[in-house]
Amino acid sequence: MAQSTTTVLGALVNALTSSRIRVVDLTQTLTPDFPQIALPPEMGQCWPFRIEEVSAYDERGPGWYWNNFSCGEHTGTHFDAPIHWISGRDLPNNAVDTIPVQHFVAPACVIDCAEQVKADPDYLLTVADIERFEAAHGRIPAGAWVLMRTDWSKRLDPEAYQNFDETGQHTPGPSSEAVQFLAEQRDVLGFGSEAIGTAAGQGYHLRPPYPCHYYMHGAGRYGLQCLSNLDLLPPTGAVLICPPLKIQKGSGSPLRVLALVEDKA
Amino acid sequence: MTMPLMKPKRKNPVLRTRQMNLPPWARGRVALGMTAAAAEGRFELQVCKDCSAVQYPPREACHRCLSARLQWRAQSGEGTLLGTTTLHHSNDPFFRERLPWRLGLVQLAAGPSLIVHLHGEVGDAPAPVKVGALLDRAGQAVLIGFPAAVDGPPLDGGAPPRGAGAERPGANKLWSEHMADDKMLREMTSDPKFRKVLVTDGKTAVGQAIVQALVKAGAEIVWVGHAEPWKKLPGFDDITKLPQVTLVPLDLTNGRSVSELAGEIGGKVDIVINNAEVHRAFGIAARRGTDVAKAEMDINYFGALRLAQEFGPALRGRSADGVTHAAAWVNLLSIYALSNYPPHGTFSASKAAAHSLAQCLRAEMRPAGIRVINLFPGPIDDEWNQNLPPPKVAPAAIASAIVKALRDGVEDVYPGDVAQEWLERWRDNPKVLERELAAGGN
Repeated sequence: MAQSTTTVLGALVNALTSSRIRVVDLTQTLTPDFPQIALPPEMGQCWPFRIEEVSAYDERGPGWYWNNFSCGEHTGTHFDAPIHWISGRDLPNNAVDTIPVQHFVAPACVIDCAEQVKADPDYLLTVADIERFEAAHGRIPAGAWVLMRTDWSKRLDPEAYQNFDETGQHTPGPSSEAVQFLAEQRDVLGFGSEAIGTAAGQGYHLRPPYPCHYYMHGAGRYGLQCLSNLDLLPPTGAVLICPPLKIQKGSGSPLRVLALVEDKA
Repeated sequence: MTMPLMKPKRKNPVLRTRQMNLPPWARGRVALGMTAAAAEGRFELQVCKDCSAVQYPPREACHRCLSARLQWRAQSGEGTLLGTTTLHHSNDPFFRERLPWRLGLVQLAAGPSLIVHLHGEVGDAPAPVKVGALLDRAGQAVLIGFPAAVDGPPLDGGAPPRGAGAERPGANKLWSEHMADDKMLREMTSDPKFRKVLVTDGKTAVGQAIVQALVKAGAEIVWVGHAEPWKKLPGFDDITKLPQVTLVPLDLTNGRSVSELAGEIGGKVDIVINNAEVHRAFGIAARRGTDVAKAEMDINYFGALRLAQEFGPALRGRSADGVTHAAAWVNLLSIYALSNYPPHGTFSASKAAAHSLAQCLRAEMRPAGIRVINLFPGPIDDEWNQNLPPPKVAPAAIASAIVKALRDGVEDVYPGDVAQEWLERWRDNPKVLERELAAGGN
């Protein structure tokens, strides 16, 4: 039965069916080989993704295959809720189970920093980068995701992806000023990155430490990290669908992040 | 002089891999006392408390005065070889496959006369010999006659097998260079020479010391487990430069990683050394939650279980595969496995669990003749014991204890002064030790 094109949803379904709107997967596969965030070993650690077979059509279950898995809330491609950070801990609706579900479907602006990151893995997104983006593509609308494209997800080797040396991790992220600008001047929904965290690998040494967590979550905004395929998104116009698992008082959750992208007619 | 073992040719892949026929393994309860001593590297015989007679074979009562008051006492093993015989026929499958096999009759200076397996460097009778007890491939104590004096080059590199008389100070010249390569002795031991070894964690100082010691002991290949490759830890580059070393991805928390590696190299590994461990210094009250305790359990217990399930079958299948057959499995436990050390309480619990599992592994590996060696070190000199006062066991001492255990054919090793002392106190009275450890250890 053909969908009515007189309703918005009907038009959307038709556009999806005809592939005029494509669905792009921005998610890394959950596998034990994907690295997890590493803190000093005396601190509590986020569990990596682990999976064990329950049965595989064998004596443990003759007709069925299934697995048990374990991971932390911040494993793989995942969502950060405001309660994740101390700056957001007292905000209303700050956990994954209480965040208004409308926020899980929202437009995205993609700021391309791939060239800068190629030259400097510690690259910090600046306010000037944002202003340049807006000069080319228009003002970032309130309630939009801002995604920092770095092509970091193309580093398939976990060692290169983590990029540690004796001074710690070297991965790109936003500067403290850029985060404040986005949260306060642009009222964004959240910030998304391709590396293991929304803050840069050396973010602990910024002021304040981990500014993306501190300011975004302090303002009740969200984070997405370990995204991939950002190079398949237009600078503006994509819509993200990214509902985290409904974990009671959850600080975050692994999730599937999908982007709807409309082909130019 | 013993001819050095030459590096064996590659195996002929069209021939069936030989399967193990264990040497006679049945022992009565009393005779297991000799096995218990040999498992720790001692040659012990029953000594009568009433008339001081030393007796062999083990019995329920003194052969001279019929007293039941017998105790196991360490023996020097010094004696005289009275006669020798070489078997060219045997109805026992183990010996039948290893003929000819030389035996001797020895009169110990302490009294009893014994039948022993003879080292090739023991000459014709009469000759002075030194008897030692080793575990054979069935895991039972057997008696070995070693030469009491050997003219040969000074000890080069490897230590002699225990019991050979060379451990006394200044006695190194009694040990000839390739004595460990004796055909009979190699059946009893798990010498790393020409063997292929998996060390499950190369990132720690202990793991790196083990790798270095194995290379020095002549291991042909050392596969070194490399978890979380993005974490750079000191010392790692030194072992990766060794030509014998191959890094392999192995994370004992990840069942898929373990089974993938077993699929890849399981059929070639002769010795597994599981040194991967997580050690945090907490009791119950000093840390909220169970995440750290789980991390310890996940490596120290479940990691060992995953490893045993994946690598155990392949090792069992190759336990008679030529002179470099699969031979041994080494677990790095802790003296805390015997009795909980409350400041490291959850770690102690995980090592107690690992110890229990290692006993199960030993039972399951024994039918194939694979030796399971458990190391119970005292506190190791690493960052997780930074606040403990000395004495602490150096990583290199752990490594040499492992190589020595492989060469000596023992099962249980307690490296370090703390381990030795706690073991003694535990044997004396476990309840008293429990109270002492609760009060801080002393």
